Amino acid sequence: MRFDKDLVAASATPLVLGILSEGDLYGYAIHKRIEELSAGRMQWTDGMLYPLLHRLERLGYVSSSWGTSEAGRRRKHYAITSSGRAVLADRHEQWTVVADALRQVWQPPERRATPLAGWA
Amino acid sequence: MMETSVELEEQIKRWRSYVARKQAISASDVDELEDHLREQVVDLRGIGLDDGEAFLVAITRLGNVDAVSREYARVHANRLWKQLALVPEGDDETVRNGTARRELAVALVAAVGAGLAVRVGMSLVGDGMRLALSLGLLVFPFVAAYLGWKRRLTSRPAVAMVALYIALAVALWVYPFSPNGVIGLLAALHAPVVLWLLVGIAYVGGQWRSDSRRMDFVRFTGELAVYYALLGLGGGVLLGLTAGALSLVGIDFGPWLVNWVLPFAMPGALVVAAWLVEAKQNVVENIAPVLTRVFTPLTTVMLVVLLIVLAAAGGVIDVDRQVLILMDAILVLVLSLLLYSISARDTTAPPGLFDGLQLVLVVASLAVDAVMLAAMLTRIAEFGWSANKVAALGLNILLLVHLVGIAWLTTSFLRSRRPFAALERWQTRYLPLYGLWAAVVVVAFGPVFGFA
Repeated sequence: MRFDKDLVAASATPLVLGILSEGDLYGYAIHKRIEELSAGRMQWTDGMLYPLLHRLERLGYVSSSWGTSEAGRRRKHYAITSSGRAVLADRHEQWTVVADALRQVWQPPERRATPLAGWA
Repeated sequence: MMETSVELEEQIKRWRSYVARKQAISASDVDELEDHLREQVVDLRGIGLDDGEAFLVAITRLGNVDAVSREYARVHANRLWKQLALVPEGDDETVRNGTARRELAVALVAAVGAGLAVRVGMSLVGDGMRLALSLGLLVFPFVAAYLGWKRRLTSRPAVAMVALYIALAVALWVYPFSPNGVIGLLAALHAPVVLWLLVGIAYVGGQWRSDSRRMDFVRFTGELAVYYALLGLGGGVLLGLTAGALSLVGIDFGPWLVNWVLPFAMPGALVVAAWLVEAKQNVVENIAPVLTRVFTPLTTVMLVVLLIVLAAAGGVIDVDRQVLILMDAILVLVLSLLLYSISARDTTAPPGLFDGLQLVLVVASLAVDAVMLAAMLTRIAEFGWSANKVAALGLNILLLVHLVGIAWLTTSFLRSRRPFAALERWQTRYLPLYGLWAAVVVVAFGPVFGFA
């Protein structure tokens, strides 16, 4: 499934930060984890992951270090920082509100938790 | 890990060089993307694709390189500006093996050494003619040592360079130049030209026969002039502010400046400028064509105005020597400008408007030179020969032949008769003559004209 660009842009940051909060990872592993979490339905241009990671690093949400892969290649590992965790918590709250609101919109009107009083 | 085939390695190599050309994507970014690509290929082969298919799918998923590069550019906007990094940072190769830092250290030691040499020279010989004659000799070893170290100069050209240096030093030191004499002044003015040519031997790493290495030295000289001017401007502002602040509390900075700051700062800045040019050559290369495009038309206008003024003044027979020397200086400037723009030009580009403009500049300077030569010959006919006149005349004939050659070759180039490379070769072959002439002035003028 191809996603709207703006939606990808908005969701990518919390998604990546969330994945990194489970442990340090390198680029391709983050990519695979996203595929796993969305059961392969969420696909974006792979190359865009790296500019995003660099932006997060520049903002101080993640830090990076060079290591070596099992095949001996240079590999960059990313780790979430404490300010990254704070941002993640923030985004978590915001997304919860958005998701709640959306869930109610998706439901048919008669099953809404709070009937629209005064409009009936 | 699965084995990767030769073919796949070849494809990845081609892909790498393609991506690496994007300015916004740094070498370590390419490493990171390559790691992703390889992992993806391995996974795809795991589900039954062959190498070629896996590679195709993997680069498709990685996305359009232009679009990805734009994303990189948005994050690293600064990369689109070529940064002059004093010492490259991060994971550049020269950082990992320590070359960059070692070079900085060598350059700084050479800069301090040049400053010390000048300071010691000042206290030993005072600040008269002797110092003027020695300044170049004092600074040269440090510039040459740095460049020679950088180029790993082999022993034969190094010996030649040192031998010529010693010969020049002996001439400058042994000749009994009189403290206020013209001959000494001429020698002091011409010695740096010879020394700079010797620096060239170190710069080209001994390959002094190679035209392209000589052209590199011309570029180096032009860029060095720009960096030195920038350092000088910055240093001047700094010293001016310091002097101003100190004068508020009644301290006179003047003697300090002359005795301690300038003797270290000026030669030191030369070595530092040389190092800056070496550290990142392409930063100024970007500005050289722009500078020449700005100043070529302006200089042409200046020369035309000069010609008109000379004509209106009714000939130059009566103008005094200072004017002639000034005009020589103007022509040297024009030639430097021409050299700078020739060295910055793309050799393979077809003739264009700017080449025409350059020809106009050359013709204007030839006209000025013709007027000057006429004036000088008249003076010689009237007052006879003197060292000053011979020096000015010799330089003038050198400039004239050089300019005529440039005019001739530019015309043939504009008419597509000759490649631009012919014009370039003319410069690189001709330039050593200036050094030879300067050496003649330094070495032969004293014995011929006396040392008064």
